[in-house]
Amino acid sequence: MLEVKDLRISFRTEHGRVRAVDGVSFDVAQSEILGVVGESGSGKTISLMAVMGLINDPNAVIEGSIKLRGRELIGLSQRQMRGLRGREIAMIFQDPMTAMTPVYTIGWQIAEQIRAHEKIGRRAAFARAVDLLAEVNIPNPKEAIHRYPHQLSGGMRQRAVIAMALSCHPALLIADEPTTALDVTVQAQILDLIRKLRRDHKSAVVFITHDMGVIAEMADRVMVMYSGRIVERGTKAEILLEPRHPYTKALLDSIPPLEGEKPKRLRSIPGSPPSLFDLPKGCSFAPRCPWRFERCAEKPALEGGKHAAACFLKAAS
Amino acid sequence: MTAPLLETRNLSKQFIVGSRFSSLGLRVVHAVDNVSLKIMPGETVGLVGESGCGKSTLGRCITRLYDITAGELYFEGVDISDKSMRQMRPLRRRMQMVFQDPYASLNPRRRVRDLIAEPLRVHLNLGETEVRERVRKLLEVVGLSPDHMERFPHEFSGGQRQRIGIARAIALEPSLIVADEPVSALDVSVQAQIVNLLADLQERLSLTYVFIAHDLSVVRQISTRIAVMYLGSIVELGLARDIFARPSHPYTQALISAVPQPDLKRAGERKRIILTGDVPSPIDPPQGCRFHPRCIYATDKCRKERPILLPLPNGRTVACHYPLNGTV
Amino acid sequence: MLLALIRRFGQMIFVMFGISILVFLIFFATPGADPASRIAGRNASPETIEAVRKSFGFDQPIWVQYYIMMKKLFITQDLTSFVNRGWKVIPAVIDTIPVTLSLVIGAAVLWVIFGMLFGILAAATRGSIIDKLLIAFGLVGCAMPVYWLGEVMNLFSQSRYHDTWLFSWVPPLGYKPLSEDPEGWFLTLIIPWITLAILYIGLYGRVLRANLIEAMQEDYIRTARAKGLSETRVLLRHALRTSLISFVTLFGLDFGALVGGAALLTEVVFGLQGVGKLTYDALQNLDLPVIMTTVIYASFFVVLANALVDVVYILLDPRVRSA
Repeated sequence: MLEVKDLRISFRTEHGRVRAVDGVSFDVAQSEILGVVGESGSGKTISLMAVMGLINDPNAVIEGSIKLRGRELIGLSQRQMRGLRGREIAMIFQDPMTAMTPVYTIGWQIAEQIRAHEKIGRRAAFARAVDLLAEVNIPNPKEAIHRYPHQLSGGMRQRAVIAMALSCHPALLIADEPTTALDVTVQAQILDLIRKLRRDHKSAVVFITHDMGVIAEMADRVMVMYSGRIVERGTKAEILLEPRHPYTKALLDSIPPLEGEKPKRLRSIPGSPPSLFDLPKGCSFAPRCPWRFERCAEKPALEGGKHAAACFLKAAS
Repeated sequence: MTAPLLETRNLSKQFIVGSRFSSLGLRVVHAVDNVSLKIMPGETVGLVGESGCGKSTLGRCITRLYDITAGELYFEGVDISDKSMRQMRPLRRRMQMVFQDPYASLNPRRRVRDLIAEPLRVHLNLGETEVRERVRKLLEVVGLSPDHMERFPHEFSGGQRQRIGIARAIALEPSLIVADEPVSALDVSVQAQIVNLLADLQERLSLTYVFIAHDLSVVRQISTRIAVMYLGSIVELGLARDIFARPSHPYTQALISAVPQPDLKRAGERKRIILTGDVPSPIDPPQGCRFHPRCIYATDKCRKERPILLPLPNGRTVACHYPLNGTV
Repeated sequence: MLLALIRRFGQMIFVMFGISILVFLIFFATPGADPASRIAGRNASPETIEAVRKSFGFDQPIWVQYYIMMKKLFITQDLTSFVNRGWKVIPAVIDTIPVTLSLVIGAAVLWVIFGMLFGILAAATRGSIIDKLLIAFGLVGCAMPVYWLGEVMNLFSQSRYHDTWLFSWVPPLGYKPLSEDPEGWFLTLIIPWITLAILYIGLYGRVLRANLIEAMQEDYIRTARAKGLSETRVLLRHALRTSLISFVTLFGLDFGALVGGAALLTEVVFGLQGVGKLTYDALQNLDLPVIMTTVIYASFFVVLANALVDVVYILLDPRVRSA
């Protein structure tokens, strides 16, 4: 469905070229959920913004290949991208509180998206909006379409946003931290909803998060990003049970467990992610890695077949 | 029997919103509703709950950043419920707060040196050299280099800024620190650093913590006891390890089961309870037990009668007519 | 919602009442000069002063004085100016209102249209040469004092270049009533309209530009783009609609102030006998009854405009309605 090869995104700034994404390749199949894990500065959001064509910065340089159902997206005109956005690929973002325009009703906004891509009348569009809201379990959908965003709670708003994103039956849904701003009980509902919708619509889903627990619940395959590169890639079981990259391991170790033995101290990663202006010469994670050795002064490539890691260490501990 | 460091008795806090003339009229937000809690020296009490549960408001009431509407508040045995701002000043040396947003809680126009030195300058009469010396030591204690004294907040990462906030909080050697979501805005790997730092400081400086957070894993790590809050009142109170192993209140059970866990090996064993509906608003709480509309075990009694916090034989205190026993 | 409206207008009445008391006190209760002689004007004879004193009741308690004054203003409308020998003030003020309205409404139409064009164009081409030029023009527009600009316009259109094709159509300064001479009305007002509007175009254009740029950074704009909407639609339907709220409220306040007589300098420069010019003349002559009347009139309009703006705000911004 989606095939990204060697995506490189950099920005021209007064301090020179800043590499935000450095050679990222991945793919997502129909009905599959790909989890993208990373912290701030990892490049996870910006890579997917590039897939949507939402990077507006004139100083951005995007290179590589992004293919949706075999069709190359990089180099498409704005008009062509607009035809795809909202119809073939849809994206939902983190904060439901500010995701919808405050001065229009949610029914109007959903209908707007439908009518932007399909030639149907107002009534038909509104009727579809009602169906969509029902599908995401919003109570009283006939009444809800006349509500304004601020009249809904956070969970309801995120459902409306999801309904809007799926209104034109996209082949690919990108969800950028959609539950991070929600209460944990509401998050559970939304995650459930996304799984159900994936089943019903057979869409491919890219799920960006920093929460390994959410990955465990949602993802089929996972890719871990650090400082603009993929450092590990594999199935959910491989990543969570047999992590190969030190960063993945450290990330999993630093999460306090909810059950079982409580560690005396949490295993944390010293330091913080490097600034994009000042990337280390070799492996970006080396300065913080407890297992670094001389070879790490070179940039490791992502290798190892299906369960790949960008690390020179051979054995997984 | 040691005396509690901080005690609240039937503490309530209400906010009035809206206006008499709008279509909804005046409304009362029952942010904190009749909370009685004893915090003993040296322990860490975690306050958990979702939005609208009142945990942040309770934290601010405890430190008297808000005035309390009803009830009593005792700190080190002294009744501080009605004290004016002036009277509270000397007490503020003994209780401090650490806030959530490391980007908003530090004045961007002040250098780090001045941010940390300010409480020292305000409350103590020390010479400048002494102040500077203390600031250096504080920076070292929180894991920052004293060379960073002359820098401005925006030159630091989120985790480092939070360390600065903590340095400022411990500058006056308080006995109680109320931390309101201190790690929620930080990256996961950095959260672990700060949690470790807080635990270390607690040991070194004999601190008592009230740790407010929505992230249950973090709360479990650092707390000795936890209080689970829902719509302004405590629904369950007890030792952290016990509550997580065997929650007694249905809400606690649902809350714990809702947290996504990366532990695949145990995934099959977990019982998932997905609550229906939204987190309710504290403006119009339901009758009877506040949780009954979402509770899968609710009965008629729950709909009519409001349960009060009662101690269970296992040392737990629960506000429920039919507390759960057994495992999650 | 109805209750909110009623309440707002009740507030308005209350404020106006307060203003009338305040104005009255300022003019007639300040210690020092004798109010009667003030009203009677300079060089008034002692008999006139005595007549004034009787008529206005200055020998009576202050609240009676207030009552009499208000009665003269609103009910009997026989407030007379002594400087202008028995000239009835209220009708005089009422006569000037159409002039001011003509000036202000025409200018308002111009400045709303061009201000919006300016703001939208500048925001859409942000950072480019066009944007920079627009900002510069806007700044110049704001910076030119209206009386200076007006005089310069007069200089060109009435004297220097009057004989050229450019300005030969410009009639002499003065107002021609709409009902009598529509073409004349229109021609006399064009240049005043432009003069008055230039300041506000600059101001409103810049405000709208800033609001639009800020709105374009919001999350919901990102969502709108993600929906596949065209950039034009995103700007006009989503960003503009939200930014319009502050534009409209500002407009309401300025418009209210102008109708109340704030276009004083424009009227003077172009010889239009509007409320502002009336006030100006009265100030020159220290004609107290007229001044007082125009001040109350002006403040009433500002209060009314404020109240209307609040109502419009509720209509435009759904977030305020349930709060």
